[in-house]
Amino acid sequence: MTAVAAPAPGRAGALTFVRRNPTLTAGVVLLVLIGLVAVLAPWLAPHPEDAGTATHPFQVLRPPSHSHPFGTDLVGRDLLTRVMYGARLSLRIVIEVLLLAGLIGIPLGLVAAYAGGAVDQVIMRITDVFLAFPALLLSLAISFVLTPSVGNMTIAIAVTWWPWYTRLVRGEAASVITRPYVESAQTLGVSHTRVLFRHVLPNSMTPVIVQMSLDAGGILLTAASISFLGLGAQDPTPEWGLMVSQGAQYFSTQWWFVTFAGLAILLTAIAFNLIGDGVRELLDPRRVITR
Amino acid sequence: MKLEVRDLGVWFADRRVVEVDSLELDRGETLGLVGETGSGKSMTAYAIAGLAPGMGARVEGSVQLDGRELTTLSQGAWRDIRGRRIAMIFQAPISSLNPVFRTGDVFTRALQLHGASKAEARTRAAEAMRSVSLSPDLLRRYPHQLSGGQAQRIAIAQAIALRAEVLIADEPTSALDVTVQAEILEQLQKLRTEEGIATLFISHDLAVVSGLCDRVAIMRDGRIVERGPVRETLTSPQHAYTRELLAAVPRLGEAGNAHA
Amino acid sequence: MLEVRDLVVRYGPVVAVDGVSLSVPKGPAGFGLVGESGSGKTTIGRAIVKLVEPESGSIELDGLDVLGARGGDLKRYRKGVQIIFQDPDSTLDPRMRVRGAITEVLRAHGAVPRAGEAARVTELLEQVGLQADHADRLPHQLSGGQRQRVSIARALAVEPELLVLDEPTSALDVTVQARVLELIARLREERSLAYLLISHNLAVVEQLCEQVAVLYLGRIVEQGAAALVLSQPAHPYSRALRAAVPELSEQLPRPATTRADPPDPASPPSGCPFHPRCPLAIDRCRQEEPQLREVAGRMAACHRAEDAVRGQSEASDQRS
Repeated sequence: MTAVAAPAPGRAGALTFVRRNPTLTAGVVLLVLIGLVAVLAPWLAPHPEDAGTATHPFQVLRPPSHSHPFGTDLVGRDLLTRVMYGARLSLRIVIEVLLLAGLIGIPLGLVAAYAGGAVDQVIMRITDVFLAFPALLLSLAISFVLTPSVGNMTIAIAVTWWPWYTRLVRGEAASVITRPYVESAQTLGVSHTRVLFRHVLPNSMTPVIVQMSLDAGGILLTAASISFLGLGAQDPTPEWGLMVSQGAQYFSTQWWFVTFAGLAILLTAIAFNLIGDGVRELLDPRRVITR
Repeated sequence: MKLEVRDLGVWFADRRVVEVDSLELDRGETLGLVGETGSGKSMTAYAIAGLAPGMGARVEGSVQLDGRELTTLSQGAWRDIRGRRIAMIFQAPISSLNPVFRTGDVFTRALQLHGASKAEARTRAAEAMRSVSLSPDLLRRYPHQLSGGQAQRIAIAQAIALRAEVLIADEPTSALDVTVQAEILEQLQKLRTEEGIATLFISHDLAVVSGLCDRVAIMRDGRIVERGPVRETLTSPQHAYTRELLAAVPRLGEAGNAHA
Repeated sequence: MLEVRDLVVRYGPVVAVDGVSLSVPKGPAGFGLVGESGSGKTTIGRAIVKLVEPESGSIELDGLDVLGARGGDLKRYRKGVQIIFQDPDSTLDPRMRVRGAITEVLRAHGAVPRAGEAARVTELLEQVGLQADHADRLPHQLSGGQRQRVSIARALAVEPELLVLDEPTSALDVTVQARVLELIARLREERSLAYLLISHNLAVVEQLCEQVAVLYLGRIVEQGAAALVLSQPAHPYSRALRAAVPELSEQLPRPATTRADPPDPASPPSGCPFHPRCPLAIDRCRQEEPQLREVAGRMAACHRAEDAVRGQSEASDQRS
């Protein structure tokens, strides 16, 4: 059982939490800011129509200015707007991939651990097969086959990501199943389904949660990479990776095209990574607890 | 040889777990420190052995071995004392041994650290093993190849070989079967009669302590609530808690046990 | 009521239980299973509640075949027989409050309509000496003794006829232990409960059981009335066990086994499993495994049981 240094209620508690978990706090603050931008984009963005199909042939490739703080792209769209809308998209993709991969991977891991025997073997071998493929290549291939779009890219990434959760959950669940409170529930006549979902699942989730928070950054970068290669989001979708791809050839002369989208990817990935590290530190049972 | 503890306090953050006014151990004596969970008996032992700071605890007060203050010693100075003057054995003997080394390697290395040559170390180790009725061949085994009783005897042998003056034993038989415990207790008694080693014996088991120790100190909530020679304390306990402990020990063969 | 016959349980190459037969009568009754590590006593308990599958043998509860029970029969069995584990720390789900843990059991057996659940939970908690407000606590907010009481309350929720108690107080402080043992004795009288008490502590078994079986390496070496077996053991191992129990006196318990190592369960000794450590061993002991036979009013599996008992009574004559 992991004991966590829980914050005391009230303001004093919040400050102590910040002091004890600087990484996590920094990551959360950053992500919250990005999240606010994402949520409020339709109201904050100066030229919302530029996130869609609008084009402005007379404002092509303008450098950063008062009316266009991030400059404009090759069809004249305001880059600040597109970067802000890109935040919505990126966060959505990360959440959807995690949900989808979790929905597939976690139950599979649970069933494998609980049923054991042949079922366990079959599930784990299938998992091994998926893990044998280089993830990026596999998701690229799947995107290609499904015709590139944001939705299909999300599916493709989720398909390569679920096996990790299956493995993690299976490992943790296998150990939880041997614990006396699970045996107690079984001997008390509680049904297998209930034991699995009410006792085994909640107590097996810790490594998965940690892993998911660490994965968020990787998923973001994978999505950006796939879009960069043209197999993900398609124009006019304001996806950061796509924007970097579009702006790459103009880098030496119109630096702003690539830079702001690239910085957005960087900052968001950093935010996710800080959160991931922070969560792992927080839930590390070996952390010296001063009660 | 005299071990003196005065006003010992051990703290975890702002929580005090040990508040021992005084404790003394003379040469060849066996003192039993008895208490239930949370009584602070183990932490007292760790504080005396200088292990408390490593566990994140703060130590106040004085622990003196023949006049030398131990609470302020550097880690380097502790290396001389540990093993050589103060030895310690623990509850789960096999898990306190490094699984990748043969038991004998650690044993002889400890002796060499305290000045013996390799050959001397081997001889002394073998002698010590024989005095705990074990074959020196067992030293070639890895920890997982030993039984709990054997591992504990080897730990005692180490204390003998190192010629420690004080042995601190933290619940050394609690994890062992009762038949094995009887043998280890016999071994510990020999330490006193044959080697003259003073022992601080930590336990929750009053019955074991009563057989092994000369004096006993009962601990509760970090404090010593009663102390004295074993016979007196057990036959005429002064403190209510001591009486409670005595009453709670299930006894074999008592008339009240058989039921209708 | 509970009949175990020729039970054999194997863990890979190790025979943990090697042909054990015992019977626990209808309550109020206490049957003690005594032994040290490797004796198989815990495995027998686990086999009885179907946590481990035996290789051969039979277990019957009032004629119902336990090992083959499925579906409705199995559910009925789970109502009839419950187990309390040793470690109070891991016996309760750390994420579930006491109320949830007990209610879960009530619902699994449809014992009480929803409306009556809260009342039943309070009733059960009070029966084990806890208060109604303990129901809203999480396990880590309770002491070890309280957690053990909660597991007893939970087991009682199904109104079992037989409780398997696997070292129920070994992990508890001695003052807490005394109170939990009192609780068990009281429940036995109030509910006409029968229990199989598994323990290494002879005094605890003597306090709560009329019958006792002493186990060594998966076999019963002595069996009979607790008062008799524990005060005047016939089998050399039982005698060694008794002699090893520390008592509140200035004398240390005398080891009554020879200096041999404890046995390796994966390769048990030939003939009598205790012979390498037995002070009375003769050639026959190495060659022929002794069977349980009647000696001085109880059953003992020893070729020299009569000598052992005589030695005991000689020694006690000398002392008195």
